[in-house]
Amino acid sequence: MFYEPDIAVIGGGPAGLMAAVTAAETGATILLLERDGHLGGQLVKQTHKFFGSEKQHASVRGIEIADILSEKLAGLSDRAQVWTGATAIGLYEDGVLTIEHQGRYKKVKPKKIIAATGASEKYLSFPNNDLPGIYGAGAVQTMMNVHGVKPGKRVLMIGAGNIGLIVSYQLLQAGVEVAAIAEGLPTIGGYMVHASKIRRAGVPILTSHTIVRADGTDAVESAVIAKVDPFWNVIAGTEQTIPCDVICIAVGLSPLAELLWQAGCDMLYVKELGGHVPVRNEYLETTVPGLYIAGDLTGIEEASAAMVEGHLAGLEAAASLGFMTESHQEERQDCLEQLRQLRAGPVGEKIRQGVKLTLNQESSREVNHAV
Amino acid sequence: MAESQFHLRIESHPILDFGDREPLTFTFDGQAMTGREGDTIASALHANGIKVLGYHFKTGRPRGYYCAIGNCSSCLMIVDGKANVRTCTELLRAGMVVETQTDRGMPDVL
Repeated sequence: MFYEPDIAVIGGGPAGLMAAVTAAETGATILLLERDGHLGGQLVKQTHKFFGSEKQHASVRGIEIADILSEKLAGLSDRAQVWTGATAIGLYEDGVLTIEHQGRYKKVKPKKIIAATGASEKYLSFPNNDLPGIYGAGAVQTMMNVHGVKPGKRVLMIGAGNIGLIVSYQLLQAGVEVAAIAEGLPTIGGYMVHASKIRRAGVPILTSHTIVRADGTDAVESAVIAKVDPFWNVIAGTEQTIPCDVICIAVGLSPLAELLWQAGCDMLYVKELGGHVPVRNEYLETTVPGLYIAGDLTGIEEASAAMVEGHLAGLEAAASLGFMTESHQEERQDCLEQLRQLRAGPVGEKIRQGVKLTLNQESSREVNHAV
Repeated sequence: MAESQFHLRIESHPILDFGDREPLTFTFDGQAMTGREGDTIASALHANGIKVLGYHFKTGRPRGYYCAIGNCSSCLMIVDGKANVRTCTELLRAGMVVETQTDRGMPDVL
């Protein structure tokens, strides 16, 4: 016999936690799987205060949001079971989900699944890019803010998007020197409020600059950067050597979608969303019935959007099993409205375009759940 | 760079307080080292100035961690005799025997 929870949620980050809490509150039984030893996903290293509105915990630090959501879930422990140290490793056509849980191989067969697997960091190709000392920006953030360990003495940051800017600032807070931020585009991608803080601290942000190569024997000792033309060709004679023991790569994220491929979801490459993402309807159900998605897996956005998506997927998955509150319609509309607001304005343009491409028009028609 | 001259542990921070975490002793390639409660194996090694966690099985090039969240497999090491342990997510325990991995490693289920 398989263990058959109403809903299995894969991933205990902002999206998964919100999905689990929301669905459990309706009365559904939940199994939440988290690969790490603790809940919170990447929230546990977000020491900065969030933007957005009150509903998405604006002005609260990410580390605190992780605690708030984990506590809420703990209060629902009669219905919500949490497995940490649990990696979902297979999702099969018959709905069986296989898991490696603290050294044991387990199989469960949930009635519905919400995948909130998150994202992984992108990489850059350049000579010696495999040297120790070259770390993803998120990795540096984890080492510093979760474990209290500095990545090194002097960092060259590659990428001036929000992650590159925020992590640079956090490096300064931890007492690490940031030599410079190199950004390939002619403009800074992240918010100006972050960029200004960095510049005030005296860190140069070099736009139209790329990394040419890293140098060092067993680990990074220096890097060469250079100016690029609008076609990303290095302009000869502009090379400069930056002594550093860490090169931090902050060039974006890709949705972590392997399980969804395996489950047979229709997938689409959408560059605006960071890579391959599952096709879904407006309520986040993929083309595999009963399989929902939320968070960065749907496309790379902020944790605020991930929480709203988790809320929506939790509501919808639960409702499809008959766990429906009287306020279901309003809550669902509210989620859609929050997503619209988070994606409003010029900053959200790319996301709006990307999301439009992924919507399965056929199944986006009004979904009416039987009570 | 001389790591011993530079403390990699964050001693003071405007937002975070890492408190007094219990010291945990372990060995790395036979050498005694100390980490702290809450460390992963990789963070404890890094705090001890160890950046090279393994060597690529074919090219022999040094490998350090890259993602620190269990995605990329760059930090695989032999821990208590078991190969291919993701040291960036595996929590450090007192008495662990940690070794550099230089080959593909054999599964321990055989």
